[in-house]
Amino acid sequence: MNGVLVTTSPFWRFSNYPQTEDLYDPASEKDSCGVAMVATLRGYGGNDIVQTALGSLCNLEHRGAVGSDAGTGDGAGILMQIPHKFFKEVVKFDLPEEGSYGAGLVFEDTDGSVREDQRLQLAEIFSQEGLSLLGWREIESNPDVLGDLAREAMPHIGQVFVAGKNGENDLELERLLFRARKRSERELGLYHPTLSCRTIVYKGMLTTLQLQPFFDDLQDTRIESKMALVHSRFSTNTFPSWPLAHPFRLIAHNGEINTVKGNTNWMRAREESISSDLIGDLQPLRPIVTPGASDSASFDEVLELLHLSGRSLPHAIMMMIPEAWEKQRDMDPELKAFYEYHSLLMEPWDGPASVTFTDGSLVGATLDRNGLRPGRYLVTDDGLVILGSETGVYDVDPAKVVERGRLQPGKMFLVDTTEGRIISDSEIKQKMAQQHDWGKWLEGNRLNLRDLPEREHVRHSSASVERRQHVFGYTEEELKEVIGPMATKGIEPIGAMGTDTPIAAISDRPRLLFDYFTQQFAQVTNPPLDAIREEVVTSLSSVIGPEGNILESDSDHAKRMIVDFPVLDNDEMAKIRNINQPGVGFTHVVDARYSVDGGAEALASRLEELCLEADQAIAEGASFMVISDRDTNRELAPIPSLLATSAIHHHLIRQGTRTKVGVVVEAGDVREVHHVAVLVGYGAAAVNPYLALETAEEMVRTKQLLNITTATATAHLAKALGKGVLKVMSKMGISTVSSYSGAQCFEAVGLGQPMVDKYFTGTISKLGGVDLDIIHQEIEHRHLRAYPIEEFEQSGLDVGGELKWRREGPPHLFNPETVFKLQHSTRAGKYEIFKQYTNAVDDQSEKLMTLRGLFKFRTDKTTSIPIEEVEPISEIVKRFATGAMSYGSISPEAHETLAVAMNRLGGKSNTGEGGESLQRLTNPETRSSIKQVASGRFGVTSMYLTNADDIQIKMAQGAKPGEGGQLPPGKVYPFIAEIRHSTPGVGLISPPPHHDIYSIEDLKQLIFDLKRANPSARIHVKLVSQFGVGTVAAGVAKAKSDVILISGHDGGTGASPLNSLKHAGTPWEIGLAETQQTLMHNGLRDRVSVQVDGQMKTGRDVVVAALLGAEEFGFSTAPLVVSGCVLMRVCHLDTCPVGVATGNPVLRERFSGKADFVVNFFEYLAQEVREYLAEFGFRTLDEAIGRVDLLDVNRAIKHWKGDGLDLSPILSTELPAGERKNTTQQDHELEKHFDQQLIRLAETSLEDGLPVTIDLPVSNVNQAVGTMLGHELTKRFGAEGLPESTIDINLTGSAGQSLGAFVPKGIAIKVVGDVNDYLGKGLSGGLLSVRPFAGSQYQSHESVIAGNVIGYGATGGKIFVSGVVGERFLVRNSGVIAVVEGVGDHALEYMTGGEAVILGGTGINVGAGMSGGIGYFYKLNTDRVNEQAIASGELLIQGLSEFDQERLKKILQEYVDYTGSKIATDMLDNFDTEKDNFQKLVPSDYARVLEIRTEAIQTGADPDGSETWTKILEVTNG
Amino acid sequence: MADPKGFLKTTERETAKKRPVPVRIMDWKEVYEERDGEVIKRQASRCMDCGIPFCHQGCPLGNLIPEWNDLTRQGLGEDAIERLHATNNFPEFTGRICPAPCEDTCVLGINQPPVTIKEIEVSIIDDAFENGYVKPSIPERLTGKTIAVVGSGPAGLAAAQQLTRAGHTVAVYERDDRIGGLLRYGIPDFKLEKTHIDRRVRQMQAEGTLFRPGVNIGEDISWADLRQRYDSVLVATGALKPRNLDIPGRDSEGIHFAMDYLTQSNKTVAGDDVSGRIDAKGKHVIVLGGGDTGADCLGTATRQGAKSVTTLAIGQQPPSERTEDMPWPSIPNLFEVQSAHEEFGDRKFLSSTVQFISENGKVTGLEVAETEYRDGGRFPKAGTERIIPADLVLLSLGFVGTEGDKLVEQAKVELDNRGNVARGSKYEVEDGLFVAGDAGRGASLVVWAIAEGRAAASAIDEYLEGEARLPFPVKPTDQPLSVYT
Repeated sequence: MNGVLVTTSPFWRFSNYPQTEDLYDPASEKDSCGVAMVATLRGYGGNDIVQTALGSLCNLEHRGAVGSDAGTGDGAGILMQIPHKFFKEVVKFDLPEEGSYGAGLVFEDTDGSVREDQRLQLAEIFSQEGLSLLGWREIESNPDVLGDLAREAMPHIGQVFVAGKNGENDLELERLLFRARKRSERELGLYHPTLSCRTIVYKGMLTTLQLQPFFDDLQDTRIESKMALVHSRFSTNTFPSWPLAHPFRLIAHNGEINTVKGNTNWMRAREESISSDLIGDLQPLRPIVTPGASDSASFDEVLELLHLSGRSLPHAIMMMIPEAWEKQRDMDPELKAFYEYHSLLMEPWDGPASVTFTDGSLVGATLDRNGLRPGRYLVTDDGLVILGSETGVYDVDPAKVVERGRLQPGKMFLVDTTEGRIISDSEIKQKMAQQHDWGKWLEGNRLNLRDLPEREHVRHSSASVERRQHVFGYTEEELKEVIGPMATKGIEPIGAMGTDTPIAAISDRPRLLFDYFTQQFAQVTNPPLDAIREEVVTSLSSVIGPEGNILESDSDHAKRMIVDFPVLDNDEMAKIRNINQPGVGFTHVVDARYSVDGGAEALASRLEELCLEADQAIAEGASFMVISDRDTNRELAPIPSLLATSAIHHHLIRQGTRTKVGVVVEAGDVREVHHVAVLVGYGAAAVNPYLALETAEEMVRTKQLLNITTATATAHLAKALGKGVLKVMSKMGISTVSSYSGAQCFEAVGLGQPMVDKYFTGTISKLGGVDLDIIHQEIEHRHLRAYPIEEFEQSGLDVGGELKWRREGPPHLFNPETVFKLQHSTRAGKYEIFKQYTNAVDDQSEKLMTLRGLFKFRTDKTTSIPIEEVEPISEIVKRFATGAMSYGSISPEAHETLAVAMNRLGGKSNTGEGGESLQRLTNPETRSSIKQVASGRFGVTSMYLTNADDIQIKMAQGAKPGEGGQLPPGKVYPFIAEIRHSTPGVGLISPPPHHDIYSIEDLKQLIFDLKRANPSARIHVKLVSQFGVGTVAAGVAKAKSDVILISGHDGGTGASPLNSLKHAGTPWEIGLAETQQTLMHNGLRDRVSVQVDGQMKTGRDVVVAALLGAEEFGFSTAPLVVSGCVLMRVCHLDTCPVGVATGNPVLRERFSGKADFVVNFFEYLAQEVREYLAEFGFRTLDEAIGRVDLLDVNRAIKHWKGDGLDLSPILSTELPAGERKNTTQQDHELEKHFDQQLIRLAETSLEDGLPVTIDLPVSNVNQAVGTMLGHELTKRFGAEGLPESTIDINLTGSAGQSLGAFVPKGIAIKVVGDVNDYLGKGLSGGLLSVRPFAGSQYQSHESVIAGNVIGYGATGGKIFVSGVVGERFLVRNSGVIAVVEGVGDHALEYMTGGEAVILGGTGINVGAGMSGGIGYFYKLNTDRVNEQAIASGELLIQGLSEFDQERLKKILQEYVDYTGSKIATDMLDNFDTEKDNFQKLVPSDYARVLEIRTEAIQTGADPDGSETWTKILEVTNG
Repeated sequence: MADPKGFLKTTERETAKKRPVPVRIMDWKEVYEERDGEVIKRQASRCMDCGIPFCHQGCPLGNLIPEWNDLTRQGLGEDAIERLHATNNFPEFTGRICPAPCEDTCVLGINQPPVTIKEIEVSIIDDAFENGYVKPSIPERLTGKTIAVVGSGPAGLAAAQQLTRAGHTVAVYERDDRIGGLLRYGIPDFKLEKTHIDRRVRQMQAEGTLFRPGVNIGEDISWADLRQRYDSVLVATGALKPRNLDIPGRDSEGIHFAMDYLTQSNKTVAGDDVSGRIDAKGKHVIVLGGGDTGADCLGTATRQGAKSVTTLAIGQQPPSERTEDMPWPSIPNLFEVQSAHEEFGDRKFLSSTVQFISENGKVTGLEVAETEYRDGGRFPKAGTERIIPADLVLLSLGFVGTEGDKLVEQAKVELDNRGNVARGSKYEVEDGLFVAGDAGRGASLVVWAIAEGRAAASAIDEYLEGEARLPFPVKPTDQPLSVYT
């Protein structure tokens, strides 16, 4: 017996989480934060350290958040050494000497008698674990400082003191305390922030400013420590919990572990195989990872186990968050061996992470491999070390600073407070590398798939291939559009125009089980990764074979096999199938077929058998398991590979034996990227899509694929599938397959809960749905097609029709009839035909094409009114917007047509990601009222933002959430390039993430910046529907967005990989409902407007959306169809035959759209809305918003799949009272902005353009300094601005984030001190300079003076920094001239123009995706330039021409004038010799295009003319 | 994987060359010269492989046009015919005589000349026959069920082939002496040489379809008897009841229904000796009605050596481009120049015939007046009358329903108000009795007839076997997209 079974996780106690039956789910909660660490090297503790830490925390306030109840924070806390001296004085009993007793706060029940009882039981546990209770102390606290919500959830807080019975101390005692604490939590449901002899945590549901006032202890000056960690939490919700505040026992974390579901599953899976003599019996402490714990809490629990079982804390950290070692060309081989060895033990905990950690004496911090969180530190001459999310968190006399640095991706920063010194990353890592001879342990033990003996290739007959294609439901379309292109090109095919076919859950035709799973993707709370440009930090390899006891290290652990790629070809599969040798083990093949005549029962019982068979095989010692559906025949049909795999995977996890075998899947049903991704996500280490590969071979043999061999075709196919998985992973922000495997980053739509619980444990399936019975029917349907009972002429595969409409295929909302009727009605001005169109769409909708089709209006609850009483069309159309479609992706004609129409109506059109021409920007008839800001930041200037009504931040788009975009070279016509500030004929890429949004607090920052770039504009945040979008929306509301746009998964006019187009995101009905519910639960609904879009086509769609809670509505495809679009789905090819989605002048001639037609469309739509409103008896649309009670899903759904579907969560009416719509405004605190004083002081400049000089101090809480001033200047002087430095601002101190964002020409901001991240974001012509304090003790070129992501998306101006800067310097710069003394990783990424001069070292991956501009590097380490770009010739490294030398000299001179940089001065002094130390980095296409254009100008030709254009396209292959 | 830029590389529509007029009117052979395979491939490359292939909808058969266009482009003829046959039993007929609604609905046609779909179609099937890709598809097992198909036009043949392949025993009854119905005797050889029908019939015979020409159901065997002899009966007798023009002088000699004239000519061309046949040689011929049948009469009269041929149409000359009331992709009514029009004769529009003038009971001319639109009708405008000479007048004024007297009499069948056999949503007339093609739909295109034949076969098969196994391309009520529906 383990005592009382505690059902409520300690993490959910002492919290305000609502228990609901609707779509809101606490499991979707995310958080993000600010952290700081303070330590001293002087060897003794002090209250000053604690005070410094607490003071730093207050300066991180802007990184945290408060909810609807302004007094309630999301959480704050401090971790420090046990303040022994203080305790000795305040406790009423005797304490043993320091280190020989443990102490900690306890979150206890508020009921005194319960508490008494618990304390007795706790004492009992202590006793059982070899501890004796010393006594309790009541903590003095001040609940009045709390907000109401926090006070309601507040626990009683006691403090317990305990000692070892045998006088144990340090680690030995720590282990006893660990056991006792775990048991107390498991058995008593108490929560112990810490119970340790080394450290103690004070934390709670507090704001940063409340922490110290709340705890009396923290105000006591007797509290002393040598180090302290502080943390400020920003949660997406407004009901955070006390226990989930940071720090935890060993860490405080800023970031998010994306793979946490997989990691915790794997931990659970290995519980049977781990043991530790040091800790003792682990059984009573299980589960290791507490259910309900956050990602950070789970990480902490595992880290603690690894540490207490014998590894040092840095060692354990390196195991869990390894740096990117796989592809590092210059890493020490011994260290590489260390990482490789540990990769055989444990998968990485993957995701953006900045972890600060301490064991009480060592204190440090590390960043994940991507370096997506900021961390800056300084060291003073008296031994004070301050590290924080920002520089300037604590005021330090600059003259005392001896070092300024930053956390770097994958690197560790460590302070030994006992020894009183900083231990460098290389020292720690060298120590780890030499701890054992890891390399030797690997040699002769670990095996690579390559090492296995080769097998003869088996060729299957055409008839056999075709038969099996039927078995697995292949279609002609899949061969032609999916498998063929992959086999030919080796990359995943692209589609366009979203999807308008039914989702699997309500599709009439049998679908593959894969189709019921939609990919999750990173959105706001963490960033997607850039798997292409930043491939260097990714890894596709995984490890299979039995895993040992990870709590111990020995060479036997290395006896596993490495599989380099997640997709295996048929010969590799044969190798694995045939493994049987001593020392390696043997393979067991699980036969995943079942007797199809036996129906669903046979399927279920076969699954049971498979699980038992797997147990048996493990018992017999199998090391590898292949789950195979080969050899199907008339009787035996294949079990869906995903079902078999996940069933066995979860069974083995439950058995605790999962880590004893590696699982590889041999699957006939796999032929898409998505299929492989889901299989890996549910536990497969690698997948062999044998039939897809055989199909590719067959297509080569039958000449359906030409000029390619079978071997190349299959290699291409495998490559395309595997690389595609990398992209799917990266959408979620995951970099390694080994941690993606089993991470279950999917949401099920339309699968019944019993089936999910049994076979896909832990997967979210909000709406219920089908069970095994239907899955069986779908299999049977396919099987009968392959093995018909009656044989007659019916050859060939099914046509398909999922991507392109076919009569025999699945229905599409847009089909010949609806396109025709929509076009005809709006063009001829016939409302009656429009009604035919909407009837046709609504009718199809009802035939189970969309979720909204399943809803019925309840008009019985209200009384209808005459339509004349309903608000007029002119009012309703104001709520309509057209979607974001960039100038460039659609033709200027189409773009302007929409804008003109919307302006005429009083609705809103959207620029999309591509800027807007000056002529249109300032013309009220043709401008787009919504300006989009997307990850590429193309054309985002002060002028652009200043002329916006709304500014929309695109976090994701329906067609391809989590992915970037691409404008191929051939589409970058001169008129496009001009507006995008790029080069004609050179392709443009939008990165997957916004490089200034890696977390919710970053988004808050961007909202802050944009609001200051145009205070009168509303800020939108565009999200895509998926599970958890509601919580993200709540976070976004707290980040002060004015509008939240929920996009359906199905929209998207642009180009997108097919797997994204079809398999990522969910319908907007779900996302919108979840958003409405979550905002209302949080009391946040009133302060935001909610907009929705995604295949909205009719008045009925609008009314459904309104009833679900939307007040504004977006349309993209429909108005395009009105303008002539016929759903060619070739937007990406620049061949749109109707001139809509093309820049080709020939095709643009063919554009036939007119603003009148679009006006007709929206007016008709509004009229239809009015008709519905009249029926409901509503006089305004406002009255309808949020009235879910008027929707009904109870009518019988006559559908063979529909039975299990339960839509009631969407329609939950059990919401708290409160506003259902936007009634108030966000408080943007514009009046408190730093720029108010700048604007005042610069009045003469703003009025008359006269020069002015301003001197002011600045600190890190002053963010976006200069942005609002810039807006005022642009408003008055337009795009031209004023002469350089007309407004001359001198600042002293540590400037906050986004200094000088979007600042236009005429403003110069010169900082003496240092600056944080995003310096010069979107710089639009201004000048920024940063130089160290005159009396600094450090060398500028060795110290970090500015943060990450400098000059992101800047279009013009100058940035001069005398010092080293962080990661992703000048990402997507298109015009700025910048000089710095050293940079971090990924410098000049995606740069399209401008000039960069780097006078010192660089990090890795320089110039990834760089397509324009020039970089001058001093002593460039060419190994650090993006490898692929150099290999392919995309980037050229050259010596300096004379022209270059002159140019460089001029730039350096100006740089020295502004910064006084010593090294630059020296270089200029010796320029004749130094010039040879410089190299120039330039993209080759860019160089050639410039050459052609210069030549054209010289010969008198038009550089923008068609002749030049043809020449350009020839060199860029456009 | 069509070439996405194909339509930008080849912007011209290139159609097959016709033989020179003086040469071709010397014989009855098809008017086209041999096709150039390269032109066909090039034209196929203009297909844009649309996201919504409107052609695939515009074709009643649902031909998989993008699929076989691309296969043609790639030169994969065997795959192309497989895809073509998947929806169309007789592409050699439609590829020659279909007015190609697919081309009217071709997306490229929005602003460019459409893809030459019809010619690609016919090239696929002709090449397939030439290369021996067309083989009988013999059912593996017979169901033992028997079906009579009455009428051997395109609807009857399509149904028969589908049902035979599904394992049923099918007998096709034809009252004429040869199989083919309207294809055989309604369409002149210069449009469709009859060897194409013979070749297809041979394939069907090899598959097991039984042909019973020269048997007139209703006369030789009663409909009631037929119902007794077969498990199911399909009526596919066409809609051959001609529209008459009941005006003074109608009973004069020398005035004939077009179909009578064409049938006789076709028999003659086939080598039969037709006694007392209507001959245009040396005559002034007037063709009343400007439709396809009128053009067939014109081409036939030309070849017979008419002195003059004048086609009179009562309505106005259609526009040569789409107007607002016929937007893409509706099927437009445009001024059309068929091969016969190129060869000979005059075309007059807005011509209302007032009366036939005759001498000695023989027609000598027509009194015609300008058409006046009035009160929603068309009338001769008073005062515009004039006389034009005529020795032979051919009435091609359309059809007014099926010749169903016996059917109504002998089976439980009703005609609808348009003179067609009334039917349900699955082509059923009553238990076991079905109707397809013009007999049910009214006079329409060959392509609709084949589509109906296929659909009715599916319905019959389902009726006999209890489950739908065959494709059902069109419903009896389906109509092309139009601004009026």
